Amino acid sequence: MSASSPSSEPILRVEHLTMRFGGLIAVNDLSFDVARGQITALIGPNGAGKTTVFNCITGFYKPTAGRMALFSGGVQTDHAVETVTNSPRSYRRTAKGAVFLLERLADSEIAARAKVARTFQNIRLFTGMTVLENLIVAQHNWLNRASGYSLLGIIGAPSFRKAEAQAVDLAVAWLDRIGLTGRADDPAGALPYGDQRRLEIARAMCTGPVLLCLDEPAAGLNPRESAELNELLLSIRDGNGTSILLIEHDMSVVMEISDHIVVLEYGTKISDGTPDHIRNDPKVIAAYLGVEDEEVGETEAELEK
Amino acid sequence: MANPKADAPREGDRQPVGISTALRDAGFLALFTLGLSFPILAFRTRQDLTQGLVLDPRWELVATVVAIAFFARLGWLVFGGTITQAATAAANAIGQSLEPVAKYKDWFRWAGLAVLIAYPFLAVAFTGASGALKWIDNFGIQILIYVMLGWGLNIVVGLAGLLDLGYVAFYAVGAYSTALLSTQFGFSFWICLPLAGIFAAFWGVLLGFPVLRLRGDYLAIVTLAFGEIIRLVLINWVELTNGAAGISGIPRPTFFGLPFNASDDGFAAFFGLQFTPLHRLFFLFYLILALAFLTNWVTIRMRRLPIGRAWEALREDEIACRSLGIDTVTTKLTAFAMGAMFGGFAGAFFAARLGFISPESFIFMESAVILSIVVLGGMGSQVGVAIAAVVMIGGTELLRELTWLKSVFGPQFDPTQYRMLLFGMAMVAMMVCRPRGLISNREPSIVLNEKRTIGGDLVKEGHG
Ligand SMILES: Nc1ncnc2c1ncn2[C@@H]1O[C@H](COP(=O)(O)OP(=O)(O)OP(=O)(O)O)[C@@H](O)[C@H]1O
Ligand SMILES: [Mg+2]
Repeated sequence: MSASSPSSEPILRVEHLTMRFGGLIAVNDLSFDVARGQITALIGPNGAGKTTVFNCITGFYKPTAGRMALFSGGVQTDHAVETVTNSPRSYRRTAKGAVFLLERLADSEIAARAKVARTFQNIRLFTGMTVLENLIVAQHNWLNRASGYSLLGIIGAPSFRKAEAQAVDLAVAWLDRIGLTGRADDPAGALPYGDQRRLEIARAMCTGPVLLCLDEPAAGLNPRESAELNELLLSIRDGNGTSILLIEHDMSVVMEISDHIVVLEYGTKISDGTPDHIRNDPKVIAAYLGVEDEEVGETEAELEK
Repeated sequence: MANPKADAPREGDRQPVGISTALRDAGFLALFTLGLSFPILAFRTRQDLTQGLVLDPRWELVATVVAIAFFARLGWLVFGGTITQAATAAANAIGQSLEPVAKYKDWFRWAGLAVLIAYPFLAVAFTGASGALKWIDNFGIQILIYVMLGWGLNIVVGLAGLLDLGYVAFYAVGAYSTALLSTQFGFSFWICLPLAGIFAAFWGVLLGFPVLRLRGDYLAIVTLAFGEIIRLVLINWVELTNGAAGISGIPRPTFFGLPFNASDDGFAAFFGLQFTPLHRLFFLFYLILALAFLTNWVTIRMRRLPIGRAWEALREDEIACRSLGIDTVTTKLTAFAMGAMFGGFAGAFFAARLGFISPESFIFMESAVILSIVVLGGMGSQVGVAIAAVVMIGGTELLRELTWLKSVFGPQFDPTQYRMLLFGMAMVAMMVCRPRGLISNREPSIVLNEKRTIGGDLVKEGHG
C-alpha cells in the first residue's frame, strides 16, 4: 500500500466549509484536502455531517460559506485558485489542467465538467432499467454529443453506432470487474443489495471521474462482500488513478484501505491524519461514537480491527 | 407456523364473510347511499310558468339506487371471493394461452400493418361506399388521431415521467397555426404541417421552462392551467382567432396540388376516376396513418438514443441523473418539445380535416382523454397506448351505434351521454386489476446477450 503522507498534492481542497440548515450548523468551518491518487476517508458518528459535506462537494447543497477547489490535471498554484476566486467565473483552464470552484457550479455541471462522481447512502440506481442501460446512461454526455444531439443518431449514422459500441465495451469492462457480466440484461432493481452497491460504483466510474465520492459503500455488505469492495476500491485507485473520497462506518474497510482519514463530530473536524494517527488519537477514541469511559476499550478494539 | 409470510393474507385474497356480517355491512352501505342520494337525487327542480321553483319528488329513483347499493354490496360480500378467484384464474389462463403467441410477434406486427393499410378498402368492401364513410372517418381517422396524440403524450408522461395535464394546448397550437397560416397567408397544408409542429414544440419549451422545478401534483396543476390559458386566449383574442366562433374555410389538404373535388382539375378527373367523397377520406386516412407511424418510429428510435435513455433515467431517478452529469433542464425540455411537436402535427391534421376549428375542440376533457389513453395503455408502452386508444375512442363511437337501446329505455335515451361514466368505470376497473396499465412491461433499449422484458413493478412512474 502506498505510504504517501496526507500532505501530498491535493485534488480537492475544502476550506472553511460551513453549511447551516436554519439554526442547525451541520458543517462548521471544515477544511481538509483530498490527496490526488489516494483514498481519503471521512468518518464520524451518525449525524456528524458527512453526507452534508458530500452534498456540498457534489453541488446538491449550496454551502453557506467556504471554498471547494478541485484541481484537475496537474499541480495548480495558489495563484491560479485566487485568480478564479476573484473572477466571477466558476472555473479556469490552465496549461496544466483546470481549477474548478465547486461551490459555484450546479450539481450536473460538477459531474459533467469537474468530473466528480458520487454514489448515495441510499442506493439510487435506475431500477427499471437493465444493468447495462445503467452503465450506458452514465456515459450520456459524450454519447449524446456523438449522436449529433440525436440528429445523427436518429438516421443511424455509423459514427454514432461506433460510439455506442465503444460505450458498451466500457460498460462490459466494468461489468467484468464487478462480476456482473452475466446479469447485464437484468433490471438493476432485481439485483441483490451487494451487487447494487457495486453497480452504483461502476456506474459512477463510467462517467470517467477524477474524483469518486462514495457514501457508505460497505453499508449492508457481508464480510466477504466487504473484502471484495476493498479490492475494487484499491484497483480503482491504482488502476484508474481516480482519487477516492469515502464515507464509511465499517472500520475494517476504513482502516485497511484509507491513506488518509478525516474525523468529523457535530460538523467540526476533530482529527485528520493517517490511519495510524487516527487509531491512536485519544480525541477520536473518546469522541467517536460518543462513548462512555468503560466503552473506550471496545471502541479501541473496533478501531484496531 | 413456520413461514409467517405464507399465512399472511395476500392482496386480492378475501376472507369469506358470514351472512349476518354481510347483511349488516350492506345495510350500512344502503343507509349511506340514502344519505348521499337524498340531496342529489330525491328532488328534481324545474321552473313552472310563473318562474317559480317546483320540486318534483323522485322517491322511486332513490329507492332503486339504495336497493342496487344494498344488493350489489351483499352480492359482492357473499360471492366476491369466488368472482375474484374466477376472474384471476381466467386472466391467468388467457395470459398463458397468449404466451406462445409472443413468438410470432413479428408476424403479428406485419399482419397488423397489412390490415391497417387495407382497412379503408375492407370498409368499402364490407359496408359499401356510403356505409364506409362512417367506418373510415369516425372509426379509422378519429381513432388514429388519438393514437397519435397518445403516442405524443407518451413521450412526456410515459418516458420522461412528467405528468402533463395540458397536452391539448399543443394540439390547439398546431390547429390554430395551420388555420391562421392557411387562411391569412394562403400557405398550403404541406407547409403548415411542419410549421405547426415547430410552433407547438416552441410552446412546449415555453411551458417547459417555468415548470422545470416542479414535480408531481404541482407540475400537473401548472400544465393544466397552461392548457386552460391557451384555450381562454383563443376565445378572447377575437381579432386574431375569431373567438368562440372559430375559424372556418380552412383549405383542405390536396394530393400534390390536386384538390379532392368534382372539378376538372381535381384528383378524380386527373386519374380518370368517378368522383366520390371517399377519395378524400382515403387520403386523410393514409395521411394520419403515416403521421401516427412517424410518431411511433421517431419515439422508438429516440428511446434507443442517449436522449431517450436520459428521459427514462429521469423518470427513474432525477437526482441520480444529475449526479451523472446529465443536464436535466435540456432533457426535460426536449421531452416537452418532442411531445408537443407531435401534438402540433395532429392539430394541423385536425384543422385541415374538418376545415373548421373552434376553442370548443380543445377543452380540458380532451387532455384528460389523451392522458387516460396513456395511463390505461401502460405508460411507456407504444402498443398499449394504441390498444387503449382503439378501445376508448372506438368504444365511444360504438356507443353512438347503440340506437336499439332507445327501444329499451325510451326515445330520450342517448347512449353517448354515458361516455364519461363508462370511461370512469373502465378507469377504476383497470386501476384495480392492472394498476400499471394494459402493458406494464418495459423493453430494454439496449441488449448485451439476451433480451428480457422488465416487470412493471420495478419500473418507476416518475415523480411529476
Ligand atoms: N436538507 C437538510 N435539511 C435540514 N437538516 C439537514 C439536512 N440534511 C442534513 N441535515 C442535518 O444535518 C446533520 C448532519 O446530517 P448528515 O446526513 O450529513 O449526517 P451523516 O454524518 O451523513 O450521518 P449518517 O452517518 O447517519 O449518514 C443532521 O443533524 C441532519 O439532520
Ligand atoms: Mg450520511
